[in-house]
Amino acid sequence: MSDVVVARSLDEAQGALADHPGATVLAGGTDLMVEINRGLRRPSHVVGVAQVPELRQWSIADDRVIVGGGVTYTEMMTTPLADAAPALAQAARTVGSPPIRNAGTLGGNLGTASPAGDTLPVLAALNAKIVVVGPDGERRMALDDFVVGVKRTSLRPGELIVRAEMDRPAGRQEFLKIGPRNAMVISMAGLALVADHDARAVRCALGAVAAGIPRARVAEAWVAERIDWDNGAGVDDEVAAEFGQRVAAASSPIDDHRSTAAYRRHAVAVLATRALKRAFTEEGAADA
Amino acid sequence: MTSEAVNTAAGGSTATGTGADTIVDAGTRGVGANVGRPDGVPKVQGRFAFSSDLWADDFLWGHTLRSPHASALIRGIDIGPAVAMAGVYAVLLADDVPGCLTYGLEHGDQPALADGQVRYVGEPVALVAADHPDIARRAAEAIVVDYEVTEPVTDAEAAPTADPIHPDGNIFREIAIRHGDLDVTGEVVVEGVYEVGMQDQAFMGPESGMALPDEDGSVELFVSTQWLHVDREQIAACLGIDEEKVRLTLAGVGGAFGAREDLSLQVHLCLLALHTGKPVKMVYSRDESFLGHVHRHPAKMWYRHHADRCGRLVKVEARIVLDGGAYASTSSAVIANASCFAAGPYKVPAAHIVGLAARTNNPPCGAMRGFGAVQTCFGHESQMDKLAAALDMDPVELRLLNAIAPGDRLVTGQVITGTFPTAEVIRQCAYAPEPEIPPSDDRRDLPGGSGRTTDAADTVRGTGFAVGFKNLMFSEGYDDYSSAACRVSDGVATITCACAEVGQGFVTLAQQIARTELGVDEVILAPAQTATIGSAGSSSASRQTWMSGGAVQAACREVRTQILADMAADWGVSPDGLVLRDGLVVSLDGQQEALLAQVTAGAGYEADVEYHHAPTEPLDENGQGNAHVSFACAAHRATVDVDPDLGLVRVRDITTAQDVGRILNPTQAVGQIEGGIAQGLGLALMEEIVLDDGLVRNASFTDYVIPTTLDMPDVTIAAFVEEPEPGAPYGAKGIGEPPTISSSAAIAAAVRAATGQPLPRIPIRPADIALG
Repeated sequence: MSDVVVARSLDEAQGALADHPGATVLAGGTDLMVEINRGLRRPSHVVGVAQVPELRQWSIADDRVIVGGGVTYTEMMTTPLADAAPALAQAARTVGSPPIRNAGTLGGNLGTASPAGDTLPVLAALNAKIVVVGPDGERRMALDDFVVGVKRTSLRPGELIVRAEMDRPAGRQEFLKIGPRNAMVISMAGLALVADHDARAVRCALGAVAAGIPRARVAEAWVAERIDWDNGAGVDDEVAAEFGQRVAAASSPIDDHRSTAAYRRHAVAVLATRALKRAFTEEGAADA
Repeated sequence: MTSEAVNTAAGGSTATGTGADTIVDAGTRGVGANVGRPDGVPKVQGRFAFSSDLWADDFLWGHTLRSPHASALIRGIDIGPAVAMAGVYAVLLADDVPGCLTYGLEHGDQPALADGQVRYVGEPVALVAADHPDIARRAAEAIVVDYEVTEPVTDAEAAPTADPIHPDGNIFREIAIRHGDLDVTGEVVVEGVYEVGMQDQAFMGPESGMALPDEDGSVELFVSTQWLHVDREQIAACLGIDEEKVRLTLAGVGGAFGAREDLSLQVHLCLLALHTGKPVKMVYSRDESFLGHVHRHPAKMWYRHHADRCGRLVKVEARIVLDGGAYASTSSAVIANASCFAAGPYKVPAAHIVGLAARTNNPPCGAMRGFGAVQTCFGHESQMDKLAAALDMDPVELRLLNAIAPGDRLVTGQVITGTFPTAEVIRQCAYAPEPEIPPSDDRRDLPGGSGRTTDAADTVRGTGFAVGFKNLMFSEGYDDYSSAACRVSDGVATITCACAEVGQGFVTLAQQIARTELGVDEVILAPAQTATIGSAGSSSASRQTWMSGGAVQAACREVRTQILADMAADWGVSPDGLVLRDGLVVSLDGQQEALLAQVTAGAGYEADVEYHHAPTEPLDENGQGNAHVSFACAAHRATVDVDPDLGLVRVRDITTAQDVGRILNPTQAVGQIEGGIAQGLGLALMEEIVLDDGLVRNASFTDYVIPTTLDMPDVTIAAFVEEPEPGAPYGAKGIGEPPTISSSAAIAAAVRAATGQPLPRIPIRPADIALG
């Protein structure tokens, strides 16, 4: 049987983790409980953080959005947070079913660190800093430095994910995801694309097509030079198609039981082309 | 207990045409009326007790240790570490099975527990009973099995020539149908190779049950199953005790679709209960459930169709290979069905069809809704579209030209003697108005759904059509009778029948039948069990409405005859002039009337009947014979939007017409049709057990996906085609399977029409479309 501490404050959570640095953190439980129910994990110590008020906070400023680790997918899909970080809302909408989205959290998605974690490409594209606290105080790091492999993070013993701090650029945001059916799917390929009209930049990150969450930096730089930022910021079809190919080059997918590497690489190119065109040429269809 | 009937609206569907106005006894709560399910509201409210909710004082939890290998010899098993764990009451191996070690529905080739060898991933090796489910699980993990892994046979086509993996060999059944002049050739010939993946029944309620031992060495088992009496027969043989010492009662079933026709945990529960002397409960986890029941046979099919220049079929040649997995289950009946119906519901003067069901080290395959007809329907309907294209002919016209009708012969030589309105079903479905699908900006209406992958401009629309059929009841000489008892006492009817309610609606229908036959309102349906009533046969093969419905009808009529005879004697009139209605015995001339409650006060009247269908015969060496009782067909027209660049599909509408004989409960008919189509959609687009050298890669609902509400379209029922079937109670045909048979083929045809891709395999995966 597990020894479970239900923390009511960040201090309590930190204290419990300090007592048992190897403890497993339980937020919404949508990943952890599946593993426990399957007998894949039997944690000796669990720290429940769903009732830690500090983790449930979020804030919106002119230039950035801060989302606590305990904020649920449902909350991310809800105004005003959904308006401040539209791609985050779009990604949250693709996670599971309503009960899963009511329970699952941003911190949980980060902690699981699956390449198929739906919010992770959004965080990468929004230059998010992941903030963690632990015995040595607070650390802030880019997503690249936080997710270091398939389901592997750079969290140290006793550390807890507190929040993600992301950009709030002026421009459209797009998240697109492919699964084997039209809802409630694990990603076969996902993509977040963010237009930043002030910085005259495009940022694009990929899910489920590499061990980590790659940013397509070469493609981003290439396309930024081909957007007419001064005159309506349009993009023509050939550029969008070429961008797609260049984004696909940033992927390194594998064959598995969910799909093939060839399809994933192809799909990323299509998704990138479509996301770019939506972000720069369309008024955009109504969002689901 | 009276049923609390609540009429629920048939969600989103329209029932029109020949159906709703010709029902038998509308306006009452009898046959033909829209009576709500007695278990409907409790299920929706979460109050229905499923087999996983069973509870008893001081019970133990059972757990099964399963093989991680597709093929291995067992050199030794050390149960010591498990036995030593606190809370463990029993650890059982093959040697602890007191009776016959093996069981099976048709051939007893499957060990209750592996004996020196495992033949598929998931094969039960050892059992544990403990006082906590997690301890039982951990104890099972602590058992040390010394395996010598061997090379598995995983290719059904290669299996017949591979070294035998079982003493009974690697061929479950080979069947050849030779019909008509096999030397004839057509002016137009089309050929194709088709493949169907391994579908799972994916019921919601995992395998579960509880066994309670008795001091006299007997055992009582509460379990979710499709056929109590055949379970009992197999359990008793494995336990080595008389059947009377095994008493089964149906526990709440959370879906079946064929997966509960074979034994899963039944023998295991009884073994553990008798060994420990305590009640033992088991509930499979979802992952375990995928390993713990049979699946739909994956199929590889080669076809060659010959037609004359006008499109009349001249000859159909086919070779069908089904992968039966490690044990026989119902493979020999499934390959017979696949072969018998391989040419579709068409007049085919000549046919040469060869079917093979082979044994491999893949998971065992057996019964699933459609039972062999699903696989070959995808083959013959793909071929009919190919033939139409070769003839430059409308695919619907081609089907109408060749549609089979009463008086025609099947490829098995059997003449259709019942109703079989194939052409009418085709016409009603194909010529129904096109669905109105308003343009939508909502991405949930588009391929990719909530993933926001696709805009309307990225899509192409396609429409596909398919028709399929299959047999009702068991075939080839099998007498799958049903039994029912009826008692009328104090004006209340009590029906006893062992028919397993697996969701199909028998609990509603039995009450409707009793009301209609006896003129009563209050009908009690006793629990389905083996102690006081004979077999009802399996809740499969679209047979229970006919067979157990027939048994209930016959039992009620027998009681009615007794009552009327007594009253006729009392009143000195002929029983022919008396009827039961509205809780009264009345004479048609209006002279006599008595309350049924008074007439049946006290002991009342009782009858116990067995109901048999007309006998059938085995197929001969050329696959010829009157092997089937009756047939039913359905047609589907699918309208799909496809995103060809990403290979994503959104089915927008399924229009259907079905040969139903007579509708006995319209709402339940709609439910069967919608549910069956959802399962067909799943097979067409997403549902497949993915295997890697015999290992199931997606044993979870995370990775074995079934349609959600964003995948399932509106279903338009263009017509229930009602031509009452002679010999069937009320003329009603079973309706559970046809919705699943041709819906997959229609969707595949629609995706082909949209994309121009050949798509010879279902489920169609995104890469199949996007990368050709």
